[in-house]
Amino acid sequence: MSDVPAGLETLDFSFSGGKPAGAFAPVLVGVVGSGNLEVLLEPAGGDGCAVRIETSARGFEPIWQAVMNDFHARHPLAGVRVSINDMGATPAVVSLRLDQAVAEITGGRP
Amino acid sequence: MISYAECSARERLALLLDPGSFHEWLPPSERVMSPHLAQLGVPSAFDDGVAVGRAMLDGREVFVAAQEGAFMGGGVGEVHGAKLVGLLQRALRDRPAAVLLLAESGGVRLHEANAGLIAVSEVMRALLDVRAAGIPVLVLIGGANGCFGGMGIVARCADYIVMSDVGRLAMSGPEVIEASHGVDEFDSRDRALVWRTTGGKHRWLTGDCDALVEDDVAAFRAAAIAAIGASKPFTFAALEQEHALLTQRLHALDTTDTTDRDEAALLWSALGIADAQQVPELSVEAVRALRTI
Repeated sequence: MSDVPAGLETLDFSFSGGKPAGAFAPVLVGVVGSGNLEVLLEPAGGDGCAVRIETSARGFEPIWQAVMNDFHARHPLAGVRVSINDMGATPAVVSLRLDQAVAEITGGRP
Repeated sequence: MISYAECSARERLALLLDPGSFHEWLPPSERVMSPHLAQLGVPSAFDDGVAVGRAMLDGREVFVAAQEGAFMGGGVGEVHGAKLVGLLQRALRDRPAAVLLLAESGGVRLHEANAGLIAVSEVMRALLDVRAAGIPVLVLIGGANGCFGGMGIVARCADYIVMSDVGRLAMSGPEVIEASHGVDEFDSRDRALVWRTTGGKHRWLTGDCDALVEDDVAAFRAAAIAAIGASKPFTFAALEQEHALLTQRLHALDTTDTTDRDEAALLWSALGIADAQQVPELSVEAVRALRTI
């Protein structure tokens, strides 16, 4: 038996030192389905990048931290709020969704 | 050709409506979400599984809702249902050319129990009000999850239904029928049986849908454009006519000895369709020509 209690886990990360994303309309990619997640990117005040994750898979904070560190290294964004609803997506799927969301705000194709 | 079944709800909106014309109400950034799911340890979606708004379709203003089948099977929860009701009530006020429901749902979201059931009943009432006001409500069914339960009833309350051959429409889903009546009555793992009894071709041949299209977003768009003016006044005479049709269908099938015989094909034969056994193998175009009702 795991000692991790049932229910959702909320994780918060924040990054600094990114490049300002400027103004953009909020973007939603992905769907909250088994092994999938949705990512919402919104403009935010300040020069940081705040990330909030709600996930049904508890106990994976170090992996989320690593995935978000990699994301920030690929896309150092500032003035952006990242919100994620996750239903057990793998790190690779999470990274692809994040890249897809960034592609939408930068006008590139995913 | 882009598969309608494989698109997400938002991809359907982007591809089916005039490009860039969709204006969403209560978008994901508003975070109008289920108040129930988090208490059960289930992740919520920022849009509660449905996008609603206004858009242009072939240059005419329509109101539109798209259900996301990949989120909880498109189940109608309290907020999801309230968004549909709000859209329909706003249609009464603003009178768009039509209301489009891109339905993909297993029905009530059971996690939300009575709140979901009440929500679906409110959707039905609001839809009938819109229909009574002479604004056509068009339901498009072609998602992998089909249109079942309360949303199946909602669809049949509408003016006009467009289905693809991979779309499915029914009240109780296959697993529900098997669980309540046994595998001898209905084997939910028999996919051919499931489509013969709930799929788009069957619904077309029995008169339960108004257009049968290929699994193609452009075909759904064309059918929706063609149906914008398809308001069907809901009168007592129309209701009696519908009941007469259903009674006729109920008695069309000779059920005295159907052992080991395919009841769907027997019904199609009884409705006057030649070579009924061949229907599942035929193309959409060929099946479209067979309807006798």
